[in-house]
Amino acid sequence: MSVEARSWHSSVFVQWALPAALVALWETLSQFGLISNRILPAPSAVLLAGWKLALTGELWRNIGVSFLRATTGLVIGGSLGFILGLTNGLSKGFERATDTLIQMVRNVPHLALIPLVILWFGIDETAKIFLVVLGVFFPIYINTLHGIRTVDPQLIEMAKTYGMSRWELFWRVILPGALPSIFVGLRYALGFMWLTLIVAETIAASSGIGYMAMQAREFLLVDIVVLSILIYALLGKVADSTARLLERSCLSWHPAFQRR
Amino acid sequence: MTAAAIAMNRSVPEYWKAADAEHADASSGLSLTIRGLTKSFGSQQVLKGVDLHIPAGQFVTIVGKSGCGKSTLLRLLVGLDKPTNGEFWYGMDPAAAPDQSVVRVMFQEPRLLPWARVLANVEVGLGRQRSDAAVRQRAHETLNEVGLGDRRGEWPAVLSGGQKQRVALARALVSRPKVLALDEPLGALDALTRISMQRLLEQVWRDQGFTALLVTHDVSEAVALADRVLVIEDGVIKLDLRVDIPRPRQRGSVEIAALEGLILDELFRDARAGEDA
Repeated sequence: MSVEARSWHSSVFVQWALPAALVALWETLSQFGLISNRILPAPSAVLLAGWKLALTGELWRNIGVSFLRATTGLVIGGSLGFILGLTNGLSKGFERATDTLIQMVRNVPHLALIPLVILWFGIDETAKIFLVVLGVFFPIYINTLHGIRTVDPQLIEMAKTYGMSRWELFWRVILPGALPSIFVGLRYALGFMWLTLIVAETIAASSGIGYMAMQAREFLLVDIVVLSILIYALLGKVADSTARLLERSCLSWHPAFQRR
Repeated sequence: MTAAAIAMNRSVPEYWKAADAEHADASSGLSLTIRGLTKSFGSQQVLKGVDLHIPAGQFVTIVGKSGCGKSTLLRLLVGLDKPTNGEFWYGMDPAAAPDQSVVRVMFQEPRLLPWARVLANVEVGLGRQRSDAAVRQRAHETLNEVGLGDRRGEWPAVLSGGQKQRVALARALVSRPKVLALDEPLGALDALTRISMQRLLEQVWRDQGFTALLVTHDVSEAVALADRVLVIEDGVIKLDLRVDIPRPRQRGSVEIAALEGLILDELFRDARAGEDA
């Protein structure tokens, strides 16, 4: 076995050691009755509840609904944030015209809009997607803008002396230069995406993981509530890992992402 | 005034033509003529009227203390800044439309695109011709000329400072420029790398015959490489010195040392006068 393979193996082990240990501790404490099942059911009980829900198909349907809401909101809000970040990053005039409004809206906690959103859209899909769009828009907008503004001016000057057209300048210099910052924005946005969705589904929904948790609370099914929370945690981890993978492949030129 | 009269007014004096003829045989460079060039930033006048003719293929180094205007002059000549007054043109025809693609510039920093492989960085120098496979082959060849052919697939981040600067040189040379402007390109390199870069620079200049304008604060570098050294002080050319030492030049030879002394004396004359008083 090569040295690289071994170090790769151990790094995955290190990544998951802490969560696994925590679950083991939780299970042990529950088995000895030190944690009441009414407060926090054992991991095995949560798994069993998940298995039952999976068999009825209810679990998959709810995960699917939440996933679809999350990605739809991310695609819409992310695209809007990216495009506005680009235009404002490339044109000072455009930024001056829109910045006041954007900063005002940004400082309103978007979850405070939930009562208004329910009045506007009721509790159907539009309401949740609208909130997710608001949640992911700003991190992507701000980091795209920042990335474009901080592209090395010496490189832009170099590109001009080599006669690059504006289009080429954008594709070959400005966009790649802004990409590291855009990825930071994307990872923040993924966090806001789940946060927004959990709250929105808990308050106003008739399907999804948040709805599943609220229904379970009504009937005091603590195991399903805990299951919902764990699913959110796992989905968040999956989203973050995907973003990291994307980052690693797009930024392979960056010294920080080069495999050693 | 008619167009013909303007052209007459801007025609090139006879002795300049003689100097051009002297270099014309081996050169594929362009001559450069500067008339009354000034540049101000706000109320600060950095260049106070520069008149100069550089024959095609000449290697000119420009030395001076920092802030004397030498880098400003170079930035004007490569089109990165606009002159406040005066004019300049490449070639013999002042009325010809300026073609910036025959003039390439090398900066103190390599300014490579970190997200493009070494070869792709050299291809940046090809400009619009990049889509032509036959032209792209030249990027390979030029990279070989600077001794980095085997590093073409690397990211710039893994190269040393000297290697990055050689990639930047290849990028500048790949389009076979007629004029190469160099703004202290060796300033950030260590002493040994610097000497090998100077040799490389001299060699490609002799092979390709472009007109070279090298701004430097290193007087010995200026003398070792130049046909002609210009000393700039307070925005004017203080000294215009021909260096007739045959090439290849012996570093540290008596002749070179004598010229260096002359230039240093010129640069520090005011300071000396102050000490004497």
